[in-house]
Amino acid sequence: MSEWKPSCTQDVLHDRARMNYTIRAFFSQRQVLEVETPALSQTANTDPYIESFHCKGIDDTGKAQRYLHTSPEYPMKRLLAAGCGDIYQLAKVWRANEVGRQHNPEFTLLEWYRLDFTYHQLMQEVETLLCDLMPEVKRRETQKLSYQQAFMNRLGINPHIATREVLYACVQSENIHISTDLDRSALLDILMTHCVEASFPKQALSFIYDYPANQSALAYVREDNPPVAERFEVYLGSLELGNGYQELQNVDKNTAVLHTEQAYRKKQGIASVPQDKKFLAAMQDGLPFCSGVALGIDRILMAALHKKSIREVLSFAWDIA
Amino acid sequence: MATYNTNMFRSGLKIIIDGDPFNIVENEFVKPGKGQAFNRTKIKNLKTGRVIDKTWKSGESVEAADVIDVAMEYLYTDGEFWYFMDSSTYEQLPAGETALADCLYWLKEQESYQLILWNGTPISVIPPNFVELQIAQCDPGIRGDTAQGATKPATMTTGATIKVPLFIEANDTLRIDTRTGEYVSRVKT
Repeated sequence: MSEWKPSCTQDVLHDRARMNYTIRAFFSQRQVLEVETPALSQTANTDPYIESFHCKGIDDTGKAQRYLHTSPEYPMKRLLAAGCGDIYQLAKVWRANEVGRQHNPEFTLLEWYRLDFTYHQLMQEVETLLCDLMPEVKRRETQKLSYQQAFMNRLGINPHIATREVLYACVQSENIHISTDLDRSALLDILMTHCVEASFPKQALSFIYDYPANQSALAYVREDNPPVAERFEVYLGSLELGNGYQELQNVDKNTAVLHTEQAYRKKQGIASVPQDKKFLAAMQDGLPFCSGVALGIDRILMAALHKKSIREVLSFAWDIA
Repeated sequence: MATYNTNMFRSGLKIIIDGDPFNIVENEFVKPGKGQAFNRTKIKNLKTGRVIDKTWKSGESVEAADVIDVAMEYLYTDGEFWYFMDSSTYEQLPAGETALADCLYWLKEQESYQLILWNGTPISVIPPNFVELQIAQCDPGIRGDTAQGATKPATMTTGATIKVPLFIEANDTLRIDTRTGEYVSRVKT
C-alpha cells in the first residue's frame, strides 16, 4: 500500500496554525497590511543560484510559459511603489532542486516591508517577532556582527580584501576538501556555511550584516571602502532563518543587478528567464525608502519545536507530496 | 561512463574519486541565503575504510562506481588468496590480503561473509556481526569466579586475542562481536 500518512504529527499542525495566528496578530497590532500577490508569473527571479519551476498554460503555445515565484519580492515592491504603505505576506514559494534536511522545494516565506525603516531598525523588529515565535530563544544573548567581524572572529581573515589564494588556504587549513576549483565568492560561501555559521551561539539569534557588494542582490550598496551591501541574515544557532535588505531604490542600479544576474546565467550555461520589466517600471516611478525581510516559516517551526528535519514540520514532505 | 549528479546523492551511493571507489555515508545540502549551494558529504573509501569529508558544488557530476555487495561463504586459503563461494551459483572468487584486512581475525570456514565487489573484484570482506570461534590458548579457568569485570587474555584459533572472563576454559568456543572485538558469551558445544 502506498505511503499516504503525513510527515508531521498532529501536534505540529496545531503549532503551525498557532504560529500563523501569532504572526497575523503581530502585524495587525503594528498596522502592517496583509497582502497576496500572484504565485504564477510571466517573469521569474533572475538570481542565478535560484531555479524557478515553470509550467505551461492550457493553450500550450510556449508563450504561455509561467513561473512559480521563488519569493514575492518583485510584486510586493510594485505594491510599495503604488503607495500601499507597510505590507506583509505569508506565501508558499518554490525553488527547484533544493532538497535536504533544511530544504523543501515548496516552503512558506513570511516577507514584509517597512517604510522609513533602516535595516538596523528592521533587525530589531525581526528579533521581537522571532522571540515571540520561539519563546526559548535567549534574547539577552542576541549577537549582531558585521560579515567582516564574523569572519575575523572565527577565521582571522578580512573577507572583503582576502585574495582567492588566502581564502583557498583558509579552506584547506580548516580541513575542508572541495571537489573542484571555486571562485572567491564560492570560497566565501564555503567558509560561511562550514565554519562561521557553526560558531554561532546555539540558543541565541545571530544577525550578520553588511555583506560583500557582489552578494548584494537587490539591497542598497553603501559606498564604503570597500563598498558593502546593506543586507542582513538572521540565524538561530547555525540555522539560517531569514534575509533582509535596505531596499535598493535607484532604478538604474536595480536594472544593472538583473542584467548582471542574467549575464552570469548565460556565462555559466544556466537557462535564462524573462526579466520582470513591470518591476523595473515600478522602480522607475519610485520605490519609497524602506527595508524588507523574508523569513522561512518552516525553519522557524523546526527551531521552535526542536525538529531535526524540515519534513517533520510539513504535512506532506516533498517525496510524499 | 555512468555518472551521478549531486541531486542524486544519498547514503549508500557508490562513486569513484581519483580512481578509488567510495560509499556516500552522509549527504547534506547546504545553501547560504544568497549564493551557491553545496553538498557536504562524508564518504568512505571502500578500499581503505577511511572516512573523509568532501564538499561538492551542487549540480556537479561524479563518476558512478560499479560496486555491489554479495554474501559468500568462506572456503579456504592457499596463503596468498582467500577463496569465497557464492552458495547459489558455486562460483568461487579469490580475495587478497588487503581486502580481508582485520576480517582475517574473524575468518571461519563455511561461515557467510559480505564481499564488496568493484568491477567484479573483492575489495573488502565484512564479517557477520557475531562469529563463534574456538580458543587456541588461555590460562585455565577459575571455577565459580564471577567477579565483575575481571578478565584474562585468550588467543583464538584465528590469532585474535580478546579479553574473556576468568571462568573461561582453554578449549571453550566463544561468541564474539566482530564490530568491537569483544567477548559476548560462551557457546555450549
